[in-house]
Amino acid sequence: MSQVFIALQTNEETRPIIEAIEADNPKAVVTRDPAMVRISAPGQLVIRKDTIEQNLGRDFDLQEIHINLITLSGHVDEDDETLTLHWDR
Amino acid sequence: MDMKAPEKKLGIKEKYRLLTRDLAWQPTYRSEKEIYPYLDYEGIKIHDWDKWEDPFRLTMDAYWKYQGEKERKFYAIIDAHAQNNGHLNITDGRYLSALKIFLQAISPGEYAAHKGFARVGREFAGAGTQVACQMQALDEMRHAQTQIHALSNYNKYYSGFHAFAETRDRIWYTSVARSFFDDSMASGPFEFLIAIGFSFEYVLTNLLFVPFMSGAAYNGDMATVTFGFSAQSDEARHMTLGLECIKFMLEQDPDNLPIVQKWIDKWFWRGFRVLGLVSTMMDYMLPKRVMSWREAWEIYGVENGGALFKDLAFYGIRPPKGWEDAGKAIDHMSHQFMLGFYQWRFGTAFHSWIPSDQDMDWLSQKYPTTFDKYYRPRWDYIKRAEAEGKPFKNFGLAKLCQCCQLPCVFTEPDDASVLCHRQTTHKGEIYHFCSDGCQEIFEDEPEKYVQAWLPMPQLFQDPVNGDLAAWMDWAHLTDGLDNGEYQGSSDQRNFDRWRGLATSNT
Repeated sequence: MSQVFIALQTNEETRPIIEAIEADNPKAVVTRDPAMVRISAPGQLVIRKDTIEQNLGRDFDLQEIHINLITLSGHVDEDDETLTLHWDR
Repeated sequence: MDMKAPEKKLGIKEKYRLLTRDLAWQPTYRSEKEIYPYLDYEGIKIHDWDKWEDPFRLTMDAYWKYQGEKERKFYAIIDAHAQNNGHLNITDGRYLSALKIFLQAISPGEYAAHKGFARVGREFAGAGTQVACQMQALDEMRHAQTQIHALSNYNKYYSGFHAFAETRDRIWYTSVARSFFDDSMASGPFEFLIAIGFSFEYVLTNLLFVPFMSGAAYNGDMATVTFGFSAQSDEARHMTLGLECIKFMLEQDPDNLPIVQKWIDKWFWRGFRVLGLVSTMMDYMLPKRVMSWREAWEIYGVENGGALFKDLAFYGIRPPKGWEDAGKAIDHMSHQFMLGFYQWRFGTAFHSWIPSDQDMDWLSQKYPTTFDKYYRPRWDYIKRAEAEGKPFKNFGLAKLCQCCQLPCVFTEPDDASVLCHRQTTHKGEIYHFCSDGCQEIFEDEPEKYVQAWLPMPQLFQDPVNGDLAAWMDWAHLTDGLDNGEYQGSSDQRNFDRWRGLATSNT
């Protein structure tokens, strides 16, 4: 199965997001390079607003992710609650 | 007492519909054809523009908010860089060469992409597409500006940054990137979208901005990593737009498939040639390296590109024609480029050098099948010549590829001991190419590429007329200051001296 991935800047704003992605995607592999964190998974990766909010302790708009986003791969599907990367048809 | 019910917040999908689709209207006193005159001539058929949707569903109000936030972060770091001797915190002055190439060749490309997206945002008929193209046009202008601004701090201290606009137009290696963008801007709106939105953004910018910028961080360059990642946060949206546009074209009409496939073939190869510059920056110009060009290609080319083309096979798209030749070139290209830069170092607005023994050991470890066999012996020869006081220089002018405009320095895909050279005759004139890929692109549209401005023939034209010193003046290049070997350059002297001053008081 093809890999999807997302890469975020390494900073205090992304730490709770990365922890949420790890919690919600047991198959995700996290690679830490200088200044960036790359998270890949086979086929699909789901980012949940709820989990991020629990980590953060405040409201979070999924579109805030744009500020620290570096790159991604896969089809993007976004609504108010989740941002999904996938290669499904 | 009456409680005021809180207003219901719009969901992302509803907001997107209201703030994109609902901004468009049906024209009544002019025909669609009059308003959008360029939609037909490339042969692409679109039946329903409303089927195109931005998967991020970004609306203009959110766009300004998040872009404003990115700018605040960017300038906080740029200010800190300028206030804290950021120009001395890089690992080594050699690293500056990579930044100079970036500023001379890549940043002007961002500005070209801005112009292109401003144009196609007007030329496309769908409201969703128009809004996304408008955002991308603004992004690209922001990238050009932030890059120039960030690197202007280095211009205060080092050579080669001072005339990037002239360098972009007049020096040979920059014309590679320039011709890529000029070619895309001289194409129809749909081809432009494949060229920049798909080939450049989806397939290539990952290689330019992600591992290279992580490398900038590794080398202590706060300014560059900041503009790089700030730009790349937009690129993630651009990539998604590029992929969405390809899917949109393919879903709209089966007749679009062969046209789209031809553009994918063409623009993959055009982009791959531009990446040659990036491969050299990664393998040779970063004093501390996160990964080799080969390793970056494995992740972002083979794995990511492979997944993409596997997915597009659903529509009948196959991997680009040059995909295999690209794979064969990976272990050679950075070495061939650096040898080219080194031997023509009189004509570069950056410094080059003979790699140290340590660097060569790293290269042979990263390129076990090619470096020791083909490239170490050449560097050893150059090193010996240097030690004997007869430094190796090539004052001959390179034969340029009529398509990608690189010197024909590459070898045959299946034999690294034979120079690759192709030629074709068009209306009695002979044209040269570096590869099958470039020859095919030319032969498909010869009337376009015979008009290409090439830097080497320019040397014999007015105002240069074959005089090398006149060419340097014209290209804003000061001999002995901006060009030549790093060893002994003013950049080296100043970096070493100032760094010493930064850590002591005498």
